Amino acid sequence: MSDSIFDHDHHFPAVELPSDIPAELLRKAPLNLPNPAELEVLRHYTRLSQKNFSIDTQFYPLGSCTMKYNPRIAHTMASLPGFARLHPDTPAPAMQGLLQVLWELQEWLAAATGMAAVSLTPAAGAQGELAGVAMIRAYHAARGDHGRRKMLIPTAAHGTNPASAQMAGFEVVEIPNLADGDLDMAFLDQHLGPDVAGIMLTNPSTLGVFERRIADIAARVHGAGGLLYYDGANLNAILGRVQPGQMGFDVMHLNLHKTFATPHGGGGPGAGAVAVQERLRPFLPLPMVTRAEEGALRWLDESDLPQSIGRLSAHGGNIGVLLRAHAYIRRLGRAGVGRVSAYAALNANYLLRELQRVGYQAAFPERRASHEFILSVSDLQKATGIRALDVAKRLLDFGIHAPTIYFPQLVPECLLIEPTETESKATLDRFVAVMAQIRQEALAQPELLREAPHHLPVGRLDEALAARRLDVAAAAQ
Amino acid sequence: MPYIPHDGLETAVMLAAVGVDSLDRLFDEIPPALQVHDMVLPEGLSEMALQRELEGRALSNAPLRCFAGGGAYAHHIPAIVWEITGRGEFYSAYTPYQPEASQGTLQVIYEYQGFITRLTGLEVSNASLYDGASGLAEACLMALRIQGGDKSILVPENLLPGWRRVLDTVLGLQNIRLVSVPYDRATGTLVLPADAGDAAALIIPQSNALGLLESVDALTDWAHAHGLLAVAVVNPLALALLKAPGDWGTQGADMAVGEGQPLGIPLSGGGPYFGFLACRKAHVRQLPGRLVAKTVDGQGREGFCLTLQAREQHIRRGNATSNICTNQGLMVTAATIHLATLGGHGLQRTAVLCHERAVRLRELLTVVPGVSLPYGGPFFHEFVLRLPHAAVAVRDALLGHGLLAGLPLADWGMGEAGDLLVCTTELLEEADLLAYRDALTSVLETL
Amino acid sequence: MSKIPETLRYSDTHEWVEDLGGGRYRVGITDHAQELLGDLVYVEVPDAGKAIHGGEVCGVLESVKAAADLYAPLDGTVVERNAGLGDNPQWLNEDPYGQGWIMVVAADAAACAGLLDAAAYGKLAES
Repeated sequence: MSDSIFDHDHHFPAVELPSDIPAELLRKAPLNLPNPAELEVLRHYTRLSQKNFSIDTQFYPLGSCTMKYNPRIAHTMASLPGFARLHPDTPAPAMQGLLQVLWELQEWLAAATGMAAVSLTPAAGAQGELAGVAMIRAYHAARGDHGRRKMLIPTAAHGTNPASAQMAGFEVVEIPNLADGDLDMAFLDQHLGPDVAGIMLTNPSTLGVFERRIADIAARVHGAGGLLYYDGANLNAILGRVQPGQMGFDVMHLNLHKTFATPHGGGGPGAGAVAVQERLRPFLPLPMVTRAEEGALRWLDESDLPQSIGRLSAHGGNIGVLLRAHAYIRRLGRAGVGRVSAYAALNANYLLRELQRVGYQAAFPERRASHEFILSVSDLQKATGIRALDVAKRLLDFGIHAPTIYFPQLVPECLLIEPTETESKATLDRFVAVMAQIRQEALAQPELLREAPHHLPVGRLDEALAARRLDVAAAAQ
Repeated sequence: MPYIPHDGLETAVMLAAVGVDSLDRLFDEIPPALQVHDMVLPEGLSEMALQRELEGRALSNAPLRCFAGGGAYAHHIPAIVWEITGRGEFYSAYTPYQPEASQGTLQVIYEYQGFITRLTGLEVSNASLYDGASGLAEACLMALRIQGGDKSILVPENLLPGWRRVLDTVLGLQNIRLVSVPYDRATGTLVLPADAGDAAALIIPQSNALGLLESVDALTDWAHAHGLLAVAVVNPLALALLKAPGDWGTQGADMAVGEGQPLGIPLSGGGPYFGFLACRKAHVRQLPGRLVAKTVDGQGREGFCLTLQAREQHIRRGNATSNICTNQGLMVTAATIHLATLGGHGLQRTAVLCHERAVRLRELLTVVPGVSLPYGGPFFHEFVLRLPHAAVAVRDALLGHGLLAGLPLADWGMGEAGDLLVCTTELLEEADLLAYRDALTSVLETL
Repeated sequence: MSKIPETLRYSDTHEWVEDLGGGRYRVGITDHAQELLGDLVYVEVPDAGKAIHGGEVCGVLESVKAAADLYAPLDGTVVERNAGLGDNPQWLNEDPYGQGWIMVVAADAAACAGLLDAAAYGKLAES
């Protein structure tokens, strides 16, 4: 039986409601919220936290999520009262300190990506994507080119890509990836034309390998009058070494909660800053920070950027997340930023070799791993019916969070593994040893995997029952 | 090397295992022309130096007593809220896609959903959206999906303008028509439209951007009588005192959305906040964002998992209800603990204090020469002050007195040049209200 | 190996059709389809009286891991739907050809012309 906060209740006298508010506007049904004691609250939620896996407690090789260490200094700095108590509508002269931080972050992200300008406002990667495709749409409309209704997206792309394109009013055309991981260029050529607004890509791709013909793809898309959008989810693979701007991309989003170590928080908040080449600058979402000649900082608004696609949130975005990303970059500096991709690649390639050595099959064995790589356990499935899901669940028993499974959908029974640069060799070696053991179990005692996890507060949950019963809120007494 | 644990020996062993002689060789599949080494980034700082630099930046933001609201509010956050929320097990956990390893986060979200349904009087809440304004955009998209066809949305002119701009941006991308509903300039409240046109929904803010309370029963019934959905936009703290959207009119509002920042979330210059969205059970399949449900495992033990994921982007992709991926998990954790810590009683007391301070401040300010109160109707914890000079100038002058005196309506294109939206919360004491009165009097004398 | 009853006809979008006589046809999804979808949690079916068109989407099948379109296997008008499926979507998994039937459609004889027989569907399901 789980202990519910709603079961911790103590009686308090009723509160007298304001007499200047008419009765028909006041609460009709009594406010049925519990009144726990402070110690009860502390114990309840502390105990709940102890049921979680987290980066602070477990290795978390989730591909495409970049579960690197979230430096605590970033949290301390973002929580300083001078930042934390700032009302968003404080006039600019009274918050130059915050504006200075945001302005620097805009500059540093532009430098890291090889782009001309940055807006920090999108609240998540998905919102950044929406802004990005909206800017592509605005760019074509501003040139009087209204026929470009289509957006090209690889089949292996992250689900937010087609969802964002559709939300921005585009028709999605899926481009297949070939078996070797490369984009189907013939299909691309067939579909490029005056009705295509652009293409959404990431590089390295979701298949964990670098798209070597990116310059060629960029030339073809630009040649057909389209723009290139870069999904920055995999930026950790190239941070400090390769710039999307140099690859030919016109617009991109960054996931600050991946590449720049801001916390995942059990599902957010993220921040999806967008960066653009000069020709898309007029369309950037507001607000952004600008610096006058004499050094005073202020927000840009609609009068400064009349062609902006608009505003995605009521204020300037996830400022607290931006503060953390700023502290992270400042801590690392130029040299540290370059080491991120170098050691992310080292850890990934090392793990790939080691896991192959203990018998696992790589999806693209002849390719270098980027910052992540894909294994397929189809061979285990053929041998004893064990699936990627079973391997994932058994890993939990060893105190290791499962990698990403069944994404990308192109590779059957796949595990997408991204160690990140903040994990030590010892952690990786232990992971390899555990994976070797799980492989033995898969072949000799598959039921150990099928019934995993065995050692956690709950086993595999009945998700069908959850969806049918739909108990989504503790019933009020 | 900050945050990278490898020493030279470990690096060498690992490079050898991979079969390359340097880190650069790991990038040999990338054309050399694409590899850049001269990026303009700052020098790295030690933690000590970083702290010194950023503490300086933080201190240079003037400390001001806050009398500004407008959708973001200065409230007291009990110490235990971020003590617990900042625990690594919450802070650095991922989205709960492996439920067995995430029962902490999942149960927190389940409890959060329960708090929101009780506050709003509606049956289902999602696990949060990015903020109130984008949450309202999602609610509009949801209303359009439910109603079908190529319909419009009725948007009050006294909705917070910042929220209206987000609707223009997000809904404009899908060519959705927004039809303005005017408000009476004398009362500051909505005028019932003559007809509904082809609208799918009516947005009803309670309170509105001027801090005034609307006749929500009449507005909800009007919407239903014309076949529209009623979308309530509410402050969660206000719901401790005000009628829940589920009780509006004869049938209740259909959706309730709002900004969750008042619940234990620091102002932090504008974010991260979170948006809440609640609806009727009949519409749950159109609800965007994540949803947590209670279930059992193979041994009959109670547990929690994400549900109805088939609606979401990672499965339906282009046909998803929304493109949303992250929600605001950490903020939801803080809000849940904040609600539990205050309890229903504490939440009501806080809301009463916020309102009583506003009543008191209004009383004090009416005797300041040249100052008037343009709206006489009922309000909640915010009110409009009409000044004899431009509100922007007065607000700027009061900065020198250590006050963020309010939000000039002229910045929103609303009201008159002298209109200032003033907010009070439980943080303010009688001495602060007197100081405001005295400072305002002094500034008005010199302008 | 999924079950493919000989007496039924099939669409290439994994629906089955049973000739009830008198111009009435019962429709459901195949064993292969329910296996692919996993545990079904929700079904959306057109109301009685609605016209459906072969090859077009007429409903939704939602499982824990996927949401799939339900395609009309033939042209006609829905005359009856399986009311119990609302509370019991698991019938689609447990008994796809019996208790898990979805709807009865009024159509003319030519409506079945393009459908596959069991052997042809079997080949399709295996590929």
